[in-house]
Formats: sequence, structure tokens, C-alpha cells
Amino acid sequence: MSNLLEINNVTKKYGEFTALNNVTLNIPKGSVFGLLGPNGAGKTSLIRIINQITLPDSGTILLDGEPLEQSHIEQIGYLPEERGLYKSMKVGEQALYLAQLKGLSKIEAKKRLKYWFDKFEIGAWWDKKIEELSKGMAQKVQFIVTVLHQPKLLIFDEPFSGFDPINAQLIAKEILQLRDEGATIIFSTHRMESVEEMCDYIALINKSNKIVDGKLDDIKRQYRSNTFQIGLKTSNSKEIETILKQQFEVTPTDYRMLNEGFTANVKIPENESPNGLISLLMKYGELQHFLELVPSANDIFIQAVHKNS
Amino acid sequence: MKKLKLIIRREFLAKIKNRSFIMMTFLSPLLMVGIGFLVFFLSKKNDENVKNIVYVDEYQLFSKDDFEDSKSVHYSDYTVLGIEETKKKVEAGDYYGVLYIPKKDSLEVLANSIEFYSKDSPSMSVIGNLESKVSAKLRHLKLDQLGIDSEKIKASRISTGIKMYNFSGEQSSKLINGLKIGVGVIAGYLLMMFVMIYGTSVMRSVIEEKTSRIIEIIVSSVKPFQLMLGKIIGNASAGLLQFFIWGIILLLISLVSSYVFGIDMTEVQASKLSPEQIATMKAAAGNGEMQKVIQEFFRLPLVTNFILFIFYFLGGFFLYSSLFAAVGAAVDSETDTQQFMLPIMLPLILGVYVGFATVINDPHGPISTIFSMIPFTSPIVMLMRVPFGVPWYEIAISMALLLFTFVFMVWMAAKIYRVGILMYGKKPTYKDLYKWIKYKG
Repeated sequence: MSNLLEINNVTKKYGEFTALNNVTLNIPKGSVFGLLGPNGAGKTSLIRIINQITLPDSGTILLDGEPLEQSHIEQIGYLPEERGLYKSMKVGEQALYLAQLKGLSKIEAKKRLKYWFDKFEIGAWWDKKIEELSKGMAQKVQFIVTVLHQPKLLIFDEPFSGFDPINAQLIAKEILQLRDEGATIIFSTHRMESVEEMCDYIALINKSNKIVDGKLDDIKRQYRSNTFQIGLKTSNSKEIETILKQQFEVTPTDYRMLNEGFTANVKIPENESPNGLISLLMKYGELQHFLELVPSANDIFIQAVHKNS
Repeated sequence: MKKLKLIIRREFLAKIKNRSFIMMTFLSPLLMVGIGFLVFFLSKKNDENVKNIVYVDEYQLFSKDDFEDSKSVHYSDYTVLGIEETKKKVEAGDYYGVLYIPKKDSLEVLANSIEFYSKDSPSMSVIGNLESKVSAKLRHLKLDQLGIDSEKIKASRISTGIKMYNFSGEQSSKLINGLKIGVGVIAGYLLMMFVMIYGTSVMRSVIEEKTSRIIEIIVSSVKPFQLMLGKIIGNASAGLLQFFIWGIILLLISLVSSYVFGIDMTEVQASKLSPEQIATMKAAAGNGEMQKVIQEFFRLPLVTNFILFIFYFLGGFFLYSSLFAAVGAAVDSETDTQQFMLPIMLPLILGVYVGFATVINDPHGPISTIFSMIPFTSPIVMLMRVPFGVPWYEIAISMALLLFTFVFMVWMAAKIYRVGILMYGKKPTYKDLYKWIKYKG
């Protein structure tokens, strides 16, 4: 699979402060790419460079194989974290204006806006001013404006902040559909759990450095610790614990069993199948819970930061 | 270019659709004219209020002829009552005041012993009027005393009018000079007003984009420089439209009022002037000089003047409004703009003051020449100088400097603008602005 966006050795400094330090990222075509990291890590700086709002001090960026240039703006859709629209402008006029700035003709923009307004059932807002709408309503308009020109690359900075759960779900569905139609999507967020399930690829950024990137499943495999959460219905917890501790690393767990029994996190040696553990446990009681503890993006982040420093 | 056009269009429409803009456009000329009329009628009413002034002339020097009644002042001779009695009467009755001319040995002593008593402090014009009446009479008497024929004195008064020519044979006169001053001052003043009103409106529009947080969406579609330029041009167009409408409305009002109501607009304007000024104006009109003024106006190098006017007007506006845009970008709210506004307003106001103080007296003196070169004051000062005929090389230097500074300032403002529009929270200092200018990309 080829890459839609290739970011090579990008560095950006603001005076003394380094916002991005030699960051290299490849974003595959048709993927959902999670750009994850805490506040102030440099995510927004990177996004602004991709959007050509600012220029990097050094490094190159290729969009679809070509060096980034002004005309590429029309192939990128950007929903910034700080959202806003002209307050005293009417919804329709404003959407038309923003679409035309992205290079759509007025007629084409009108046609597509009608489609989206019908889809979101907001046709009645066309002649309303933004200041008359609620925050959630304005966000919907903003989402439409972001995707209207059918960009190859969609960048969402903190996409779900400000949406109520129902609208957040609606937006998530639309985003995944856009991916299925061929768009490449970048999610940037510091709340890693919020988009993890949607991402095919992730990159973790901390203090202006990229610390991990790759396919989410690969990274998870790489960071898995072969730890399993178990729940065994038994009246002989003490004995089992002693037996397990002879063979494995056993730590307490936060899992709560409905019946009385034994719970623990058990780490088995690498390259060993969990089947051995299962058959051992089955001898002592009824196995009710057995779950591999797959590391979350958050766990991976914490581990990676520790490893780095 | 297409995007620039879109931005200009949006900025223009956003400005002219604004309710306060519409109100300003149509109400302020009415308000201006209304206030003019109000002043006119009030001063007329004021004059209709007849003042009764009595005089006690112990010397018996003055006759009824010396105190001729005017429309607003009536004089009566109360000498027979004596000063003490008259004072009592005046204080009790409906009189404005008493002029007391005591008996003195000589005219010189008398000249400084005349007194005026009134209930309230008298108006300057009444006292001035009385003083001129009394001193004219006293001078007349003194001349008689000295045995000088006042007719001869009158005959000896020769008024001089120096005719002025330049070496290309162009005639000028005080009247024409006055006209040139008028044209220059109006042009300079218009530019200052325009910069102040629409420059700050550019600034406000930048701040609005920042506070509504739409800015990041816009700059991900267009270059910040395009946005800034579009804003400046859009606001300037709205401003020109507004000025144009004001001109038309004022013209219509003056036409309608002079034909329908028979009120002469010049009379309304004249109510703000002193009687002497009106007299000279009337004299000028009487001698057919009004026509001369109009003729002279068209004899000025109008095409050149107009081109220069456009150049300096636009140059000045763009220079200043790019600075206003940079200030708008640097701050989060209008209240934070104060510290940056002063350095922008200062050269503007300086230009107008220097223009009024020096160009009128000496259009080609060193001060006005220098200030018509300095780019920040040159649009205003040069506009004031232009009607007097400025050597082409001075205009060339001034234009080149303005153009150069304009490009440099727009470049610098664009830098500040580009960084500033995405900065929130901290109120920037001048040091910050300097740092922003140095940022790459």
C-alpha cells in the first residue's frame, strides 16, 4: 500500500522552543491514522505544517508523491481543535464561501451542500445566522464544510470534543464511511482512548519527538506482555495462588468476579501458549474469566515514554 | 486571485450588511445637517432677543446717532436720570445693562474710565461692539481737537494688493491661495478620517475572526497575506462607498432645502462664522469673485492633482491599515489594542498638525518639505502641498519612499499577522512582535 502523506525529518522551532524535532511519519492511503500524544506535544504544529499554515524549518513533506504546494490545499480538509464560524453570517452563505475558498464552484458547492444538509436534516438552518444556533448545531455545519470538497486527506483535531454522544456517533460513522470511499484520515487527540478503536495506524508524539509509530495491531503485539486476567470459581484460593506463583508472575487484578473465587493477572513466559495455564487452572475449579490484557494506546504511550527516558 | 476576489467580496458585504454601517451611512449626513440647522435656528433665535442698553453720558459727547439701534440691540439715553438712579432702574427692569460715560478732563482719561454695569456678565460681542463705537467717537473727537480733517484721513487710506506671479506666468492671489489651502486641507483631513474609521474597522474585523476562532479554517484555505489584503481592500471599498453616499446625500439635502425651503446652505454654514468673515464672503460674492473661485478651481492642475490624490490616499490607507491589521492579529480583544494604537495614531495626527501649522503658512518651507517626504506623514502633508505645485523630483522621492515603506510595512505586518492570528491567551509585548517577525514560515 502506498503512502498518501510522507513526512520526512520535519523540524519546527519557535524561537528557542522546539515544537517538532526531526519527525518522520508515513501515512498510508485509505487509512485512519491516529496522531496521539499529550497536550503541547507538537501535534497541532505538525498539522499546521501539513495545512501549510506554517512552514517547517527543515524537512520535506510529500502529498501523493508530490512536494507540498499551495494548490494542495484543495485536497485537504481540516477541522481545527478551535472551532468557529463567522457569527453574524448566515449558515448557507458561510458554507458556500468556505467551500469556494477550497476551490469549489458556486453551483457545485450548492449541490453538495444540499446533499449534506438533507443528510443531517438541517436544511431549515440555511438562512439562520450562526449566532442563533447551538454549539452542537454549529459543529455539524463545520463538519460539512470540512468534508464538502471531497478532500483526499482529512485532518480532525480533537474531533469529538464538543459533540454530544449521539452526534459524536453520527460523526464517527460518517468519518468511517469517508474512509471507505477512499479518503485518508488523520485523527489528532490527547484523549487516546476516544479514537483508538477507529485507528488503523497510530503515531505517538511526546515533547516534540515521535516515539512510536506503525500499524496499531503490530504495536499492540509488540507491547503485549502475555498477561492474562483470570477468574476461577473455587474455594481454595490460597493453594492455587501458591501453585501459580511457582510457575508464573502473578499480580493482583481489578477484575471483580460475581461468584466467590480467585482472580489475578498472570504473566506467562514469552512464546508459551496460554493453553498450559488454562489446563492447569481447569484442574482446580471452573474457569469463568480468561482475557488477554492487550495494552491500550495509553499504556503503550506510558511504556514508550519510560523506555525513551 | 480568485480567492482574493472572494475574500474582498465577503469583507465588503459583511461590512455593508452590518446594521450599524447602514445606520451610519444614512443617519450621519442627516445628523450633520440637522445639527447645522439647529445651530442656525438657535443663533437666529438668540439674535431676535432684543437687548435694551441704556447709557448715561455726563459729558454729553454722544448723540443718538452714535448709538444706532441694531436688530438685536436697542439704545436709550438715560443721562437725565443720573447714574445712580439709572442703575437702580436697570437692575429692577428689563434692561441688559448701563454704559456709564463719566465727566473727565481729557479724552485720554475718559477713554479708560468708561464703565458698563449689567446683571449678568455681558457677552463679548456686546462689549466689543460698544468699545468700537466709543473708540470711533473718541478718535473722531481727538482728530477734531488736533485740528485734523477726518475727510483727509479717510482719503489717505490706501489699500494695497500685491499681485503674485510665478515664473511660468501663472497668476495667483490671496483668494487662489486660500482655495489651494482649502483643497489641500480637505484632502489631508479626508485621508485622516478615512484611515481612522476604516483602519480600525480592518482591525476589528481581524479581531472578530480571531475571537470567533474561524481564522484557522480560513488560513488553511488561503494565505494569511491574501486574507489581510482582501480585508483591507474590502473595507476600503465599503468606506469609499460610504463616503460616496454621504457626498450624494449632502448634495441632495442642500439642493432640496435651497429649492423647496429657500434656505441657502451657505447661510447655514455661515452661522458658524463670525460676522466679519461673512462680510468678506459677501463682498467676495458681490464682486463676482465667487465665479472667479470656481474658475480658478478648474484652472488648478486637476488631473495631476487627482492622480496624486488617489496615489497618496490609497498609499496612506494601505500603509496604515496593514499596521491596524497587524495590531488586530496580535491581540485577543479590542481592549488590548490601546498600547499598540498610539504609535500608529501618532504619525497620523502629527501629519495633520504639521500640515495645518506649516503648509498653510509656507507650503514649500523646510518643515513641510521634510514631512511630505517621511512616509508616515507624507500622504497627508503632501496632499496638502500638492495644490501649490510641488517640484516633480520631490513628488518622485516622496512617492518612492512611500512605496518602499508600504511594501516593507505590509511585509512586516503580514509576518506579525500570520503568527499573531494563531496566538491566543498571552497579551503580546513589542519584544514578542519582533520575535514573530523573525520567525521563518
